[in-house]
Amino acid sequence: RPNRRQAAGRGGARARGRGKKPASDDDDEEEEDEDDAPKRRRGANNKKPTKKRGGGDDDDDSEDEAPKKKRGGAANKKRGGKGKAQDSDEEDSDAGKGKRGKKGGGKKGGKEEEDSKGKKGDAKGKDKGKDKGKDKDNDKDKKKKKKKDDSSSDSNTNSDEEEESLSEGEMAALMEEVEEKKKLIATIRNKPWRMKRRLFHLKEAQQFVDKFEGALGKGKGRKWYAYKVMMTKVLMGLPYGSIPRKTVPRAEQDTAQDYSVSKIRSCVLVLIYQVIPCFKYISSKYIYKYKESGYCKYSVLFYGYYNNQRTIGLLQFRLPLSYLMVGIGSFGYSLMVVIRTMAKNADVGGGDGEEGEFTFAWKMFTSWDYLIGNAETADNKYASITTSFKESIVDEQENQKDENIHLRRFLRVLANVLITCSLGGSGYLIYFVVKRSQEFANRDDLSWYEKNELELIMSLLGLVCPPLFETFAELEDYHPRIALKWQLGRIFALFLGNLYTFLFALFDEVNTKLEEEQSIKNASIWAMKEYYANFTVMINDTLVTPPPMPPADVIRGPCWETAVGIEFVKLTVSDIQVTYLTILIGDFARAVIVRFLNYCWCWDLEAGFPSYGEFDISGNVLGLVFNQGMIWMGAFYAPGLVGINLLRLLSSMYYQCWAVMATNVPHERVFKASKSNNFYMGLLLLILFLSLLPVVYTIMTLPPSFDCGPFSGKVKMFDVIMETIDLDLPAFLGTLFSYAANPGLIIPAVLLMVLAIYYLNSVSEAYKNSNTELKKKMQMARDEEKNRRNNTDSTNQVMKDLEDLLPNRSLAPPAPPEPVKKPEPEAKPTKTKPGSAGKGVNLQKDVALASPNPNARGPVRQPPGPRGPGPGPGAGPGRGRGRGPPPR
Amino acid sequence: MGNKQTTFTDEQLEAYQDCTFFTRKEVLRLHGRFRELAPHLVPLDYTNNPDIRVPLTLIVSMPELKENPFRDRIVETFSEDRQGNLSFNDFVDMFSALCETSPRELKTIYAFKIYDYNRDNFICKEDLTKTLNKLTKGELTPEEVTLVCDKAIEEADLDGDSKLSFSDFENMISKAPDFLSNFHIRI
Repeated sequence: RPNRRQAAGRGGARARGRGKKPASDDDDEEEEDEDDAPKRRRGANNKKPTKKRGGGDDDDDSEDEAPKKKRGGAANKKRGGKGKAQDSDEEDSDAGKGKRGKKGGGKKGGKEEEDSKGKKGDAKGKDKGKDKGKDKDNDKDKKKKKKKDDSSSDSNTNSDEEEESLSEGEMAALMEEVEEKKKLIATIRNKPWRMKRRLFHLKEAQQFVDKFEGALGKGKGRKWYAYKVMMTKVLMGLPYGSIPRKTVPRAEQDTAQDYSVSKIRSCVLVLIYQVIPCFKYISSKYIYKYKESGYCKYSVLFYGYYNNQRTIGLLQFRLPLSYLMVGIGSFGYSLMVVIRTMAKNADVGGGDGEEGEFTFAWKMFTSWDYLIGNAETADNKYASITTSFKESIVDEQENQKDENIHLRRFLRVLANVLITCSLGGSGYLIYFVVKRSQEFANRDDLSWYEKNELELIMSLLGLVCPPLFETFAELEDYHPRIALKWQLGRIFALFLGNLYTFLFALFDEVNTKLEEEQSIKNASIWAMKEYYANFTVMINDTLVTPPPMPPADVIRGPCWETAVGIEFVKLTVSDIQVTYLTILIGDFARAVIVRFLNYCWCWDLEAGFPSYGEFDISGNVLGLVFNQGMIWMGAFYAPGLVGINLLRLLSSMYYQCWAVMATNVPHERVFKASKSNNFYMGLLLLILFLSLLPVVYTIMTLPPSFDCGPFSGKVKMFDVIMETIDLDLPAFLGTLFSYAANPGLIIPAVLLMVLAIYYLNSVSEAYKNSNTELKKKMQMARDEEKNRRNNTDSTNQVMKDLEDLLPNRSLAPPAPPEPVKKPEPEAKPTKTKPGSAGKGVNLQKDVALASPNPNARGPVRQPPGPRGPGPGPGAGPGRGRGRGPPPR
Repeated sequence: MGNKQTTFTDEQLEAYQDCTFFTRKEVLRLHGRFRELAPHLVPLDYTNNPDIRVPLTLIVSMPELKENPFRDRIVETFSEDRQGNLSFNDFVDMFSALCETSPRELKTIYAFKIYDYNRDNFICKEDLTKTLNKLTKGELTPEEVTLVCDKAIEEADLDGDSKLSFSDFENMISKAPDFLSNFHIRI
């Protein structure tokens, strides 16, 4: 029994060695190194043969050496695919080993020879079966044989006890190895290897894991482990590497140039998917029957559809509470998502702060978009890259050109005045139109235009103003990126201004509705009383309760929430219409005309004046942002708006995709407003905040309609929460909440938060400072280095003297017995040959990985063991010695 | 998969899945694309790993690469014989490294190899000049080219040897905002 376990452990150790090699050699060249590695190792061993311990120990030493060599040979063979050559290699190494063994201890040497014979036989068998799997089996057989030899020899020379502990240590090592292999399998796709090599290592690692995973653990534990592994395999039906598969959904074929479009879009979609299911459960028991016309008004789309029944069904679904919670929760969720995305972007993009550090290098290496597959686009890109290079060159050559600065200032001021005027004008226009629409609301004989005036005006403003702004911006003559930011900011201001004007006008309307409602409420109460009175009078029987009055017969209030919701839905729908029509007319019709009229026209339409429309990336993103803001604002009063918007986004994605592909040409020069997409995310956050304000305001201050919606009958909407706390939660929780809501508690909490913000802010400020400081230092170091390189001799003598002194002083204390000079030549080559730096690092890693091996004999042999030092042939002994001192 | 003939065995597909960023479907589609390039050369049956290479000229004609100024370099970088002939393994490798999900580190390594024209593990001035001329279709004057190359090296070269080693390149690229979004090919 113990023998077998040992066998497993031993084999594991062996295989570990084998596995390590492929894992560690990152470069093809290193394979060659491997061939002479055993020799070197042997040489190293030979050099210090009787450093410590008796012959027995030395025996051990050599024996352990042997499998390693063998392993190296086997690995080489597999990788190289050379059959015979390897065989001879192995023989070679075996012979060497035999000699070593004889030198160390005669008995041992005999054993070794026997062993090597068996191995040779195996090797031959290996050659016959070229299949790798077979190879493995052979390997294992070999190992077992070896193990027997091993154990017997060990019992001869060493005590059994030591053997036991050894195998245990190796077990742990094996476990570690298996973990390592698993990690390799999981990360193999990230390795910069050729596919062939990757496939090979994958196979090897998988086989290794397959083989040894079950062997881990002892007795019962092992069985259980094997069982577990089996079960995972059965359950998953996949090999190890495949379990955590990340399937990557293919992003929709967007316009491919600006990621923020798809990013924001997907963000929005996620939001919508989150919100919709919440509303699915809202039951549809009572549909208010209003006398007024318009079917959708009483549909599930709007606030008024939901009623104020406190609990519904067996599960006691609390509709009013969940309505409020979903309304507020969606805001909270959106805030979280936006801020998290921003934080992530800031992390990844490194922010906008580092502009100018690598202007040319970035332009050189990252400006080509590998996605471009269209000849025309490619031409445009070439042109834009050339211009951008030229621009940078010009910038570089003359940093400041100051021709008439006064004229420019004047023009900029003028442009801003004009833009402010148009902003104000559009705001007033909207206010005016909303007022007018309130007048219209009382009339019945309305034309189609009068009914939809407000939405039309708003959409038209959104259509006309941006190009107007662009024209004004020409006056300013800013750098395109700055100009784009200004432009976006202005359009945003326009949208926002319009939205807010619309909102204020709406609040006016709401207030009138509230007054109206008060009177209607009285009227309806009176009607109800009258009805009951009539009923009792007619039936003349007090025992019979009057049948409930059908809701349609009671005078109904205006239900201002629904009215607000309707306004938002109207706005959204008209927005959709306008967008689609603009694309159809502005892009498609234009493209058709330009394309076909070009055959019979005096000038070249395609290249000349009308040309094709350009796809305005930033404008579209802004449109999305704004649209999302509108949804946020309206969703509380018209839950169905979310669904409408979902449809809109889906359809517009495909529609716009078609339009872009069919009718648009890409921008001559694409300027992103921001390096990371945080500019747009910032806008989104701003609009989220701004749309949060009016909704929260209405929730907190305005009384809900008395006869429609989930909050009817309450004084304030948030009373629902109070009610729930009072009725459904245990009493002590209620008191707890009342304490928590105490201003005495809230004010300190707010204060604490402010302090925390202040603290974090100052900390980040400090970090920023130290960052710039470091950067400065790096820059200085770079400059100095350059200077020194340029004029090595002319630098002042003092510095040189210091440099001469420093290395000696630093090297003197750590290695007294060693000649001080020794480490230096070794360090040099790695420095001068940065190409091999990676190898050097890996090497060290290997050593570090091997050192935790609790094998008693491990630490002494391990440093020379896993791999010969990389840098050069001369470095071998140097390193061996250099490494010597620390373990001692 | 079982409609007509199996292109890959399950093990092969699993292995490809583990070694690349593709799903099994995508691997099959890649094979389709690969076969499209040279139908008479590439067999449908890949279960026995035939060693077939498609020459550079055919690969470069793919719509994904057709317009890329660095197409020859890309293909050469990923080809095992360094001549630009791609086996299917190389082909999958190429698109895996360039796909959207592959990590920045891997992309950086391959980008470095692509821009290193003379394969000396440094991006030197000649490499930069070549890159620049391909990027601008040679529309810059020689003085401008030298200026830009000098500037680029000055910016990115940390150790002052007036050529870019991989660590210089990595440092520079890691801060580039557009690298990840631009250095990928969808297939």
